[in-house]
Amino acid sequence: MLFLFSVAFWAERLPAHAKARWFNLPIIYTLSLSVYCTAWTFYGAVGYAARSGLEFLTIYLGPSLIMFAWWWSLRKLVRVGRSQKITSVADLISSRFGKSNTLAVLVTVLAVIGTTPYIALQLQSVTLSFAAFAKADAQVDMLGNTGSIALAVAVGLAFFTVLFGTRNLDVNERHSGVVMAIAVEAVVKLLALLAVGVFVIWGLNGGVSSSLQVIDASPIGRQPIVPARWIGLTLLAAAAFLSLPRMFQVLVVENQNEEHLLTASWAFPAYLMLMSLFVVPIAATGLKYMPAGANPDLFVLTLPLSQGHEGLALLAYLGGFSSATSMVIVAAIAVSTMVSNHIITPLWLRAGGGGAHISGDIRVVILRSRRLSITGVVLLGYLYYHFSSGTSALAAIGLVSFAGIAQVMPAMLGGLFWRGATRSGALAGVSIGALVWLYCLFLPSFGSSVLMPDQLLANGPFGISWLRPHALFGVVGFDPLIHAVFWSLLLNTGSFVIISLISFPSPVERLQGAQFVNVFDHSDAPRGWQGQTAQTEDLLIMAQRILGAPQAQALFSSAAQAQGLDGYLPDPTPDFLRQLERELSGTVGAATAHAMIGQITGGVSVSVQDLMAVADETAQMMEYSSQLERQSAELTRTATQLRAANDKLTQLSVQKDAFLSQVSHELRTPMTSIRAFSEILRDGADLPPEARAKYSSIINEEAQRLTRLLDDLLDLSVLESGTVQLNLRSGALKDVVDAATQSALAGQADLAVKVHFIPPHMKAMRLHTDLDRLGQVFINLIANARKYCDADTPQLIITAQLRGAFVQIDFADNGSGVPRDAQDVIFEKFARLSDQKAGGAGLGLAICREIVERLGGAISYVPGGQGAQFRVSLPIRAPKL
Amino acid sequence: MTDAQMDVGASRAPTAASQRSVLIIEDEANIIEALKFILSREGWQVFTHSNGHDAFDAIQRHQPDAVILDVMLPGRSGYDILRDLRAEPGLADLPVLMLTARGQSKDQDMAQSLGANLFMTKPFANAQILDALKQLVGG
Repeated sequence: MLFLFSVAFWAERLPAHAKARWFNLPIIYTLSLSVYCTAWTFYGAVGYAARSGLEFLTIYLGPSLIMFAWWWSLRKLVRVGRSQKITSVADLISSRFGKSNTLAVLVTVLAVIGTTPYIALQLQSVTLSFAAFAKADAQVDMLGNTGSIALAVAVGLAFFTVLFGTRNLDVNERHSGVVMAIAVEAVVKLLALLAVGVFVIWGLNGGVSSSLQVIDASPIGRQPIVPARWIGLTLLAAAAFLSLPRMFQVLVVENQNEEHLLTASWAFPAYLMLMSLFVVPIAATGLKYMPAGANPDLFVLTLPLSQGHEGLALLAYLGGFSSATSMVIVAAIAVSTMVSNHIITPLWLRAGGGGAHISGDIRVVILRSRRLSITGVVLLGYLYYHFSSGTSALAAIGLVSFAGIAQVMPAMLGGLFWRGATRSGALAGVSIGALVWLYCLFLPSFGSSVLMPDQLLANGPFGISWLRPHALFGVVGFDPLIHAVFWSLLLNTGSFVIISLISFPSPVERLQGAQFVNVFDHSDAPRGWQGQTAQTEDLLIMAQRILGAPQAQALFSSAAQAQGLDGYLPDPTPDFLRQLERELSGTVGAATAHAMIGQITGGVSVSVQDLMAVADETAQMMEYSSQLERQSAELTRTATQLRAANDKLTQLSVQKDAFLSQVSHELRTPMTSIRAFSEILRDGADLPPEARAKYSSIINEEAQRLTRLLDDLLDLSVLESGTVQLNLRSGALKDVVDAATQSALAGQADLAVKVHFIPPHMKAMRLHTDLDRLGQVFINLIANARKYCDADTPQLIITAQLRGAFVQIDFADNGSGVPRDAQDVIFEKFARLSDQKAGGAGLGLAICREIVERLGGAISYVPGGQGAQFRVSLPIRAPKL
Repeated sequence: MTDAQMDVGASRAPTAASQRSVLIIEDEANIIEALKFILSREGWQVFTHSNGHDAFDAIQRHQPDAVILDVMLPGRSGYDILRDLRAEPGLADLPVLMLTARGQSKDQDMAQSLGANLFMTKPFANAQILDALKQLVGG
């Protein structure tokens, strides 16, 4: 353990350039992948082979196939991880599906549930191996004290992990010290296993051929090969290799260079092959030499011990210890990153702690929560170990964990290769898969009646047999593991695909989907082209598009001059790039400018944050342009209104001219007569008396006409200006009609007037209105009938009817009526019909209309009647003004 | 009121041969009466006509030496009648005095452009009418 500390410390303290050289070695990356081989693999593979024959190979086959045959998709995973600054599996999936924290929490919980037994497994293997070692040594009696060994190891590992896993908060979450320690451990465990293997073949069995005989004699070769199990387990191992938190950590997060994958794609399968090379001989020899009932999981250790090779046993013990510790360390880092990032920090921020804090404080909080999480994860593993000790089948727990974490697989691969995958689909898939796994595998794995009642296991819940955990939907004949893997992954993938197809992705999901699936289009290869001239030219082309050619060229050539270069293309120095970004951001916004320059110079790939900022800026621009549009629409509207107002004014002006012209005519005409006759009277002393009298009366008549005209004009002007004072009071309609008739006829009998009230009691009907003004209207209408009715015996029928809240009074005479073409204009001012006998100025009906409208009613000409027919419609109560 | 030819003052006229005639086309009865009195007293033979419809016919029938033409007439405006008059070969040079009560400058422009010889705004002094007619007919 001390050795681990020193290796990690040495690696962390290396000078930067040496560090770069060391870590750029693809072999370090490859070796760090060996964290896949835990104590379970180290000890358990032999046990597995002893129990189940060659099936243990599937555990190596899965990852090897992935590395060897599918390394390009791993490259995609790594590229996405780097370009999106992904920190964990949970982060990857959450990030892909619209930054969904629900998904992240789900995956985190799954990871914790899947990792905890695994850590327990490591502690158990360390403890068991130590116990075996100690028993043989017999000098120290630690047997009764295995619990405290596990605790000590757990505390030591937690301490190491906290120390080197949270030394700094790197954005990349890379831990060079840890990686180096793990690489060293990888060598240790490989050497240990090889040493034991060599010892077994040449030391114990005396050569290869005799070893083969031992193997032939053992039951290993006779174990049946079940294709379903082989396929299922290979698939499971492959899935776990990709989605186990610790594997993701070393494979993606700790990856320094994509190119390393190329080496790893052959070197890691080779490593696995070496690891599995002596598994069968050791198992077979163990079965032969060890007493019956000896734990085959410990053959690696107990075989050398039993032969008295304590040095070799120590090496084997160190190998197992290395396997266990490296797994615990990396898993703790990976899982704690998830727990801290997706559970603790959000909770802490939501609790209000983040409100007014500066970023420095948040760093402290994250570090603390990270340390707390590491300790918590390791402790959880210890607790699991503590309470479940007694179950001895290590491999079984390992596979159960594999199956649990494999539920992340469909969402992960779907997210990488299928743009149509949605958050809802991923949520549905992962949760359904996890539930099936819990129900069919995890809970039953504790044994009968521990977490799941026997009854349920045997007969299904509520006796529903097709829901039996080990025979879901009536599928029997598979073993529980394969059964659970089959159903959980099938239902997981099925619901993921179906829900994805029927749900719509949010904009962030679409964006992220494109970023993930087309990651190779979006981000440059890490060793992107460095041709500086080409880069600057591209920058110039882009700048010209944005700034306009003259300005962009001026900017570039002045920068080139400042750099002391000939020509117009400056070197893309950081200073120049900053200057260019500033210039561009004035036009396209800061985020867009940053993203564009980043894209061209290849230094920065466009992150989601960048794209979001770009989208924000675009939204702002759209908002701004829609504001402009609104303003422009408003201007158009205003202009239209102004034009309408102008038209109206012009029209009013034309009307005013016409009115003045009319008034002039109406005034000048009587004045002409008055002037002419007054001059005649003045100059003509010899006029006969009767002529004198006649001319005087003409003057008098015309003077009266002028007065009437002036009265009407003033009346109309007051009514039209709206300043008229209405004298509203109550009175009987009949009284108003009678008084008007009397006044209009002036004692003459040249017009017969009849008045009808329908129904008769209308006679008593009282109106609340300006009775004098209403009388004026009636007088006008009756007088018009008297003036214009051309019947031989002129007659006027006045009919008053009740129409709801209105009274309707018709004035119908028996004359020839108003000509059709004049009917529209008779209410206009000076719309006197051509006949002059009325002697009025043509303002009467205009005044009537103004009055009736003031009283809240309407006046109209009713065409089609026998003679002229006017209709006054009036509210019983005039509205208050 | 229809055509009315009135031989008022014929007895006081100097000679029938030298007597000048004028046709008044005007719709206001009182104005017609005043003009007839004034002109007859000065020896004019006065014809009158009170609407626009057949005013042109009246001119052709009476063949007056001058016409006093109101602008606002029932049936047809004085401008229309003047336009017809100027287009008629025999009547194109007939002296016309236009009268209007509207009194806007654009009326005067209109009258002149249509070929009115003189234009007067109502009300007028009686002497103005007599002077105007003398100027038109040279009497």
